[in-house]
Amino acid sequence: MLDVKNISMFFGGLAALSNVSFSVVEGEILALIGPNGAGKTTLFNVVNGFYKPSHGDIFFNGTRISNIKTHRICRLGIARTFQVVRPLQRMSVLDNVIASAFMRAADKKRAEEIAMDILQFTGLYDDRNVISKGLPLGKRKRLEIARALATQPTMLLLDESFAGLNPSELNESIDIIRKIKAKGITMMIIEHHMKVIMAISDRIIVLNYGQKIAEGTPLEIGRNPQVIEAYLGEATNA
Amino acid sequence: MKRYLPLFCLALLAVVPLVGLNSYLMHILILFVMWSVIGMSWNLLGGYCGQVSFGHAAFFGVGAYTAGILYTKTGLSAWWGLPLSIVAVTLVALVMGFIVLRLRGPYFALATLAIGEVLRVTAENLTNLTNGDVGIMIQERTWVEKIWYYYIILAVAAITFYLVRAVIQSKLGYYFVAIREDQDAAESLGINTTLYKTIALTLSAAITGMAGAFYTNYMGYIDPKVVFALHDISIVAIMVVMVGGVATFWGPVVGSIIMILMAEMIRSVPMLGTAHQTFFGALLIFIIIFLPNGIVGDFKKLRRLVGLGRPS
Repeated sequence: MLDVKNISMFFGGLAALSNVSFSVVEGEILALIGPNGAGKTTLFNVVNGFYKPSHGDIFFNGTRISNIKTHRICRLGIARTFQVVRPLQRMSVLDNVIASAFMRAADKKRAEEIAMDILQFTGLYDDRNVISKGLPLGKRKRLEIARALATQPTMLLLDESFAGLNPSELNESIDIIRKIKAKGITMMIIEHHMKVIMAISDRIIVLNYGQKIAEGTPLEIGRNPQVIEAYLGEATNA
Repeated sequence: MKRYLPLFCLALLAVVPLVGLNSYLMHILILFVMWSVIGMSWNLLGGYCGQVSFGHAAFFGVGAYTAGILYTKTGLSAWWGLPLSIVAVTLVALVMGFIVLRLRGPYFALATLAIGEVLRVTAENLTNLTNGDVGIMIQERTWVEKIWYYYIILAVAAITFYLVRAVIQSKLGYYFVAIREDQDAAESLGINTTLYKTIALTLSAAITGMAGAFYTNYMGYIDPKVVFALHDISIVAIMVVMVGGVATFWGPVVGSIIMILMAEMIRSVPMLGTAHQTFFGALLIFIIIFLPNGIVGDFKKLRRLVGLGRPS
């Protein structure tokens, strides 16, 4: 579904990504893990079209997307959330979701219907009239997901949607991710929470210093000595 | 009740001149309505879409000169300038947008400011077309009575009010506000931010341009220093909206009443008359500190400040 081929991204002399290649298969949840600064968010920014890669190409369902603009990539079916939540602050929760639903809705009535459905789906329905600035972090993270879903994507990029959540919020969010998967939406997830990663992902890619150091099922990754050294740590101090 | 407020205000404004106001009061009324139009158009771009323009005099001036040049060069009535200014200003806005809309925040503001000044200097020097500093005089006035000018600008204001409201309540409005709140997030939600910013700029410019064309017809005389003025047009357009209330339907109307009354009152004070901009500056500082959302946006807070509101 998504083919990332030999992507490199330089900022000045610094290689944030060097020669990264992988594919995402339709319907799966692919997790992206690695230490801070490994290039995970940069990779999202490249897929999403915020950055043009210095080298390499990205194909989405056969279409080359590494040279087109963000809003067109979204129209092709890739939506994302942000690590630092970026709700449209002075808009209500409902208006936030309506604004993104407009991309595929023919009129305002339809956009409202889509938005209402998605707010039910993500459990934000009761907060629909709250101005997004006033939402607690857990719900703002969920609003990010709701907003991305409102563009009716076939692929969703989630950038640390679980960071900073309390245990009950965490479980709610895991439920939502499973429900999104059941809808047939493919996902790429950046996450530090290993328990979540191991529970929901089908495959894992490990980045370190901008390079892909491992790829495999959660079980394989958990045993990979290189990954343990770079990121997971020894069993004794885990 | 709230639904009929615009109609009620329109009816009231339509009836007011019938009580027989003198020429000076009619002039004030016309200026007030004209500035409401400019404020509403600025609000569309600056208030809703978040692109703060310091160069609306560019559009006002091009609109004014479209009417003026039409009159001097072709002999047609300067009133044709009203529809034609939409075309001329739209073209200017598209070219200008191509240059300045890739800039954000303060850089956008400075670029618009520069373009306004560039157009002023251009108008001063293109003497073949604009008569330069001599200005353009409309020899025969359409009406002596001010009331007809008043009804024309009132009609423009009514159309502008409903147009802005329709735009803001549609998809465009959602997109404008999304762009104001976070341009990158908006882009990643599938919003073509360049396109929608251009739409906001063009709409806003066209309305201001029409007000400019009206100004030529009404005043009967324009020169570059007046219609491309940074202080008296661009800054006042911002002030009208800031004072009244950014991103509110009624803000520009309320702001326009206050600004026009204040300007006229200060002008009549001996010695201080020429220093009206000092007072505008002071008012702006007061508004930013105490009523950042303007009089309409912070109405409840204003009532508390003056001790009228019930403690909440």
